Amino acid sequence: MTDRTASPTISDSQEIEHLVQREYKYGFTTDIEQEIIPPGLNEAVIRLISAKKNEPEFLLEWRLKAYRHWLTMTPPTWAHVHYPPIDYQALSYFAAPKSRENAPKSLDEVDPKLLETYAKLGIPLHERAALAGVAVDAVFDSVSVTTTFREKLAEAGVIFCSFSEAVHSHPEIIRQYLGTVVPASDNYYAALNSAVFSDGSFVFIPKGVRCPMELSTYFRINARNTGQFERTLIIAEEGAHVSYLEGCTAPQRDENQLHAAVVELITLDDATIKYSTVQNWYPGDEEGKGGIYNFVTKRGDARGARSKITWTQVEAGSAITWKYPSCILRGDDSVGEFYSVAVSNNYQQVDSGTKMIHLGKRTRSTIVSKSISAGRSQNSYRGLVHIAKSADDARNFTQCDALLIGDRNGAHTFPYIEAKNPSAQIEHEATTSKISDDQIFYLQSRGISEENATNMIVNGFCKDVFNELPMEFAVEAQALLAVSLEGSVG
Amino acid sequence: MKLLDIHNLHAKIGEKPILRGINLTVNAGEVHAIMGPNGSGKSTLCQVLGGREGYEVTEGSVHFEGQDLLERSTEERATAGLLLGFQHPVEIPGVKNIYLLKEALNAQRAAQGLSEVDTFAFMKQVRELTKSMGMDDAFLHRGVNDGFSGGEKKRNEILQMLLLQPKLALLDETDSGLDIDALKIVSEGINRLRGSDRGIVLVTHYQRLLSYVEPDFVHILYQGRIIKSGDKSLALQLEAEGYQDILDAAS
Repeated sequence: MTDRTASPTISDSQEIEHLVQREYKYGFTTDIEQEIIPPGLNEAVIRLISAKKNEPEFLLEWRLKAYRHWLTMTPPTWAHVHYPPIDYQALSYFAAPKSRENAPKSLDEVDPKLLETYAKLGIPLHERAALAGVAVDAVFDSVSVTTTFREKLAEAGVIFCSFSEAVHSHPEIIRQYLGTVVPASDNYYAALNSAVFSDGSFVFIPKGVRCPMELSTYFRINARNTGQFERTLIIAEEGAHVSYLEGCTAPQRDENQLHAAVVELITLDDATIKYSTVQNWYPGDEEGKGGIYNFVTKRGDARGARSKITWTQVEAGSAITWKYPSCILRGDDSVGEFYSVAVSNNYQQVDSGTKMIHLGKRTRSTIVSKSISAGRSQNSYRGLVHIAKSADDARNFTQCDALLIGDRNGAHTFPYIEAKNPSAQIEHEATTSKISDDQIFYLQSRGISEENATNMIVNGFCKDVFNELPMEFAVEAQALLAVSLEGSVG
Repeated sequence: MKLLDIHNLHAKIGEKPILRGINLTVNAGEVHAIMGPNGSGKSTLCQVLGGREGYEVTEGSVHFEGQDLLERSTEERATAGLLLGFQHPVEIPGVKNIYLLKEALNAQRAAQGLSEVDTFAFMKQVRELTKSMGMDDAFLHRGVNDGFSGGEKKRNEILQMLLLQPKLALLDETDSGLDIDALKIVSEGINRLRGSDRGIVLVTHYQRLLSYVEPDFVHILYQGRIIKSGDKSLALQLEAEGYQDILDAAS
């Protein structure tokens, strides 16, 4: 058995950073712009972070409690990944705005390889400069688009803003829901995130509202550059519906090697949240040097009856991925879904999967995991299906497929099934396959290049997951896979 | 006009010589059959002409429409108009047949400097071809050869050939594993490709395909060389007498 992975992250692309800096005059955090907190972590640093963000007392207490708990914890070692120990005292926990001095002055100074990749992904010209970190003023003219967008959302009663903003505008909602899905003490990285999180997204869809458009981090103009310790909270009240898109196919570089994000989703009765991710953080070079460690905790609580949470992810970047977007199916008849494509190349390591925790009656979950391993990468699927005693007539279907390209990589499957209720129906299917020379030759003999032949096979393999992505994401995801696997064949 | 011109072709797999001096010319408008016992080099010849890795050409030349074929990649040979029909078409789960057909056609068009095919016209053409091959439209939406029977795979090869309209079709044991009805359909498909501007090379063990697709020339391949050539009567003679007599006579 074998297979799969994923990794994660969320992030604003740097274009958002540009906009953010321009919009900063509205922020309550403006005053810290020039400030630098030295590396290291202690209670004083956490108090400082909270003070700089002018947070209410309850949030500071929450951070401190998380920090004290974190001190008692040790990093998890069960994942099938290897890396040197991280010195947490060497990290900076309040990133000062990046210096623009060392940024490239124009696209001419940017690594041509990076530009080539942007071109292949079809990134519009005017966005390439921003993505590459060129020191120019905000380059794309979506501010007006964004404004229109926010007005429309406000009309519908949807709240979509940065987490920091929500702390001030809607502290009661934050207080009610924060940490109720991923408790501060949940795991090592979640505890760290809870103590020091910088910012992230906040979405609230009130009762009965169907969000009139897909929400994307792309439009989250008021968020800071929050790559390292991002925190996102999405709440869909009774009958509400929202589709949220995170990430971006463009390769993203970040000075912070460690990313430990937390995402919490909550659905009340009859609500639906669809959360789609495309992750392409810097994976390190061909020798395995550098690259982001992506240690992410994502969990949804289908609290209400008949509610539904869907995670769809395309994970292509990061040197190490540790990520298990999960669903707690608490409400009767609630539904959890996990669709994932995880591609690893060169020396990337992925340990990813999901947990479906069935508590309510007649709860249903579907897991479709596709891993593609190339180069010398290691790609593991790790999944738990838990059917509690209370979950009468629960059902799960799991499919884990692994595709290998080359013979120096590994695909692994670690499925865990715990059924405490005899009425449970659980199905698990797993396959491992390899792209064969015969298949490539066959397609070449029909006039198709080796690269396109590989892409056709890989895309065919991932189809079940791509079908779940919002349309424009699906197209980008295909291009992303092609770029990620470049040079892996032949 | 010479479509294919093979001159003194030698090829080996690893250290083992398989082709040992093949000479063959196929002109536009001609149908050739290559017959021979197992291990004579028939499939190797097909693979070498198709550009398969692992086969090393040690001597000789192959020209396609006057151009050196051997220096071209497999996909360049295909888009130039050479189609290899496989003895054992490989299964490619997940890649829809219709997707392969469209990609293949567009690759050929791109090589000719043409724009991508119009989807509506393409679908119409493909549906007609599918029907003519006695195949259901559902085939188009299944993975390439995925779970197909032997006969279905061969029909699929001919379907691709009819869509791509190659200048030269090189069909490696397309008749093997076919029942009589399927053999008729496949033969009709091959006959539809016949034309004054095209060439067809049939590689086969048996005469029975040749009663449906009548060849202009029949060649007998033995130990990596063509030891005897003739018209269609040679195939009948072979069927009646077996290889041994002909081999004895030739040596």
